[in-house]
Amino acid sequence: MEAGTLRPGGGRLRLQRSPFARLPDRVLRWSLTCLAAAILALIAFFFIRLYIEAQPAFSRFGVFGFTFTNNWDVAGAHFGALPLLVGTLITAATALIIGVPIAIAAALYITELCPARLKTPLTMMVELLAAVPSVVYGLWGVFVLIPKLRPLEHWFAQTFSFIPFVGGDVPGPNYFIAGLILAIMIVPIVSAISREVMATVPIDHKEAALALGATRWEMIRTAVLPYSRAGISGAAMLGLGRALGETIAVTLVIGNAPVIGKTIFAQGYTLAAVIANEFGEAASDKLHRAALIAAGLVLFVLTLIVNALARRYVVRAERAGRRIVPQGMAG
Amino acid sequence: MTSLSPISNRRRRTNRLAKALLAGGTALALVPLAAIVYYLVSKGVGALSLHFFTSDPSGRFFGDAGGVRSAILGTIEIVGLATAIAVPFGIGVALYLVEYGKQRRFANAVRYFIDVMTGVPSIVFGLFIYIVLILTGEFGGFAGWKGSAALALLMMPIVTRSAEVVLNLVPAGLREAALALGAPRWRVIARIVLPTALPGLVTGSLLAIARGAGETTPLLFTATIVKATTFDLSSQMNSLPAQIFDDVRKAQNKLVDRAWGAALTLVVMILLLTLLARMISRRSRLA
Repeated sequence: MEAGTLRPGGGRLRLQRSPFARLPDRVLRWSLTCLAAAILALIAFFFIRLYIEAQPAFSRFGVFGFTFTNNWDVAGAHFGALPLLVGTLITAATALIIGVPIAIAAALYITELCPARLKTPLTMMVELLAAVPSVVYGLWGVFVLIPKLRPLEHWFAQTFSFIPFVGGDVPGPNYFIAGLILAIMIVPIVSAISREVMATVPIDHKEAALALGATRWEMIRTAVLPYSRAGISGAAMLGLGRALGETIAVTLVIGNAPVIGKTIFAQGYTLAAVIANEFGEAASDKLHRAALIAAGLVLFVLTLIVNALARRYVVRAERAGRRIVPQGMAG
Repeated sequence: MTSLSPISNRRRRTNRLAKALLAGGTALALVPLAAIVYYLVSKGVGALSLHFFTSDPSGRFFGDAGGVRSAILGTIEIVGLATAIAVPFGIGVALYLVEYGKQRRFANAVRYFIDVMTGVPSIVFGLFIYIVLILTGEFGGFAGWKGSAALALLMMPIVTRSAEVVLNLVPAGLREAALALGAPRWRVIARIVLPTALPGLVTGSLLAIARGAGETTPLLFTATIVKATTFDLSSQMNSLPAQIFDDVRKAQNKLVDRAWGAALTLVVMILLLTLLARMISRRSRLA
């Protein structure tokens, strides 16, 4: 295997294994490499097949026209995915606005403030939220959250109707409910990654801040947050990626109306929900099916971009965490 | 020596306020958990009975709606097959990354795409399997094993990521000692690396199974919902998440009751897997 194991004469060294004995090694090495290569092939194949199947919709309306036309009309055989795209973005943004601050608060509380005894149970409880399947969140949303929150939403819409995008009628299922459920679903993800990043803050930084007379909160603000900012952004991005692609819970609580709602309490639709809902009826209609697959492709590309950004942030944070010297203060 | 100046009231107040806000945020994060557990138990327990576990959904609008036997068995079969595909494949890729690939460019590309796969929405996996295995028409229509294939795609990157972490924890000294004693690489992997990492690998796999068991979306495009129990993975199959989804959309009282019961069953199954995973990882010598 190594250079110099062959004698000039060409014979084998006594310690060297026979070619036959080396065979299993080679086989293992090559099969494992092929397995890894299969992943790359699979993803390429994946993308190409989705694109080919979506082609009828793209050639009819154009890639740009399909994605940004505000007209999803199944009966009229016109498919413009803008209402779905907007719905996806609105619900995901709502989820981030509600979920991320709560997730960060929980992560900070668990890593910096809570009594040591509570640390493990609190961590476990927050992570349990991730163990609940999407369809159970949907069930709970439909039969508990929607009826319980409706009076509150109604009151809010009436009282604060001067705020843009608030007011009007409040139907049971709407953007806000979907965003709220997504927020609950992303809290464990964002919180877990934030906690990991916060754990990499060097203890010296924290002790230095405290030694200078900082209060706990000032220590968090000057030592913990700047150091872990990149990682927290990455965590939020991963949460966003999850929120964009979530299907079943959203399908059940968003109202499934293929229009752009005028308020946050309007019914809407998302890319994922439209696919799950209309797939059964689209099996025989080629254009409709292509449009749904195209919607899936748009969603795929959207999550790819978000995840690539998230990865960059998280990787950067991990590298910063590995530095020993306190240059990391710059965050 | 002058005494230290006391912390001003303003700073003290800010500190107290911030601490209260952070504690409040944590409490807020736990409210939905408490609410979901409460409703699952209070609404779900009533639906559970021997009949619930031993009969198939009848599909009749009036009279007896039936239980969820076929859904439970379907979930176990579909997820079982998915595990049989995803776990060896996932651990194999992780072995390549840790033992051979290391920091090579190809290995890093594989790592990157494994990460990408973790972020792909499950509905896209479902669509993909639908296109490749159903739309082409060569493999027939909806079937349980196609659902397994979609779930395996979803579980594989989870297995690989956790396995890579665990395999990296195996001390290099162990490998080097075995190699120095003259063991060939494959025996080092089979006899030293894998047994040492075993508890961690099992933990990662169990977590991936828990994730797969709760997924609904890919199954909607690949396995669909039928009523009767079947052990034939090449026919259509029922599953718990799909059953719940269907019952919720029918919005008929007794079906909704059944959905709560099925949800409770599913969550308990997933919780048991998660707990088991935690217990095994605690036993592990590595972490």
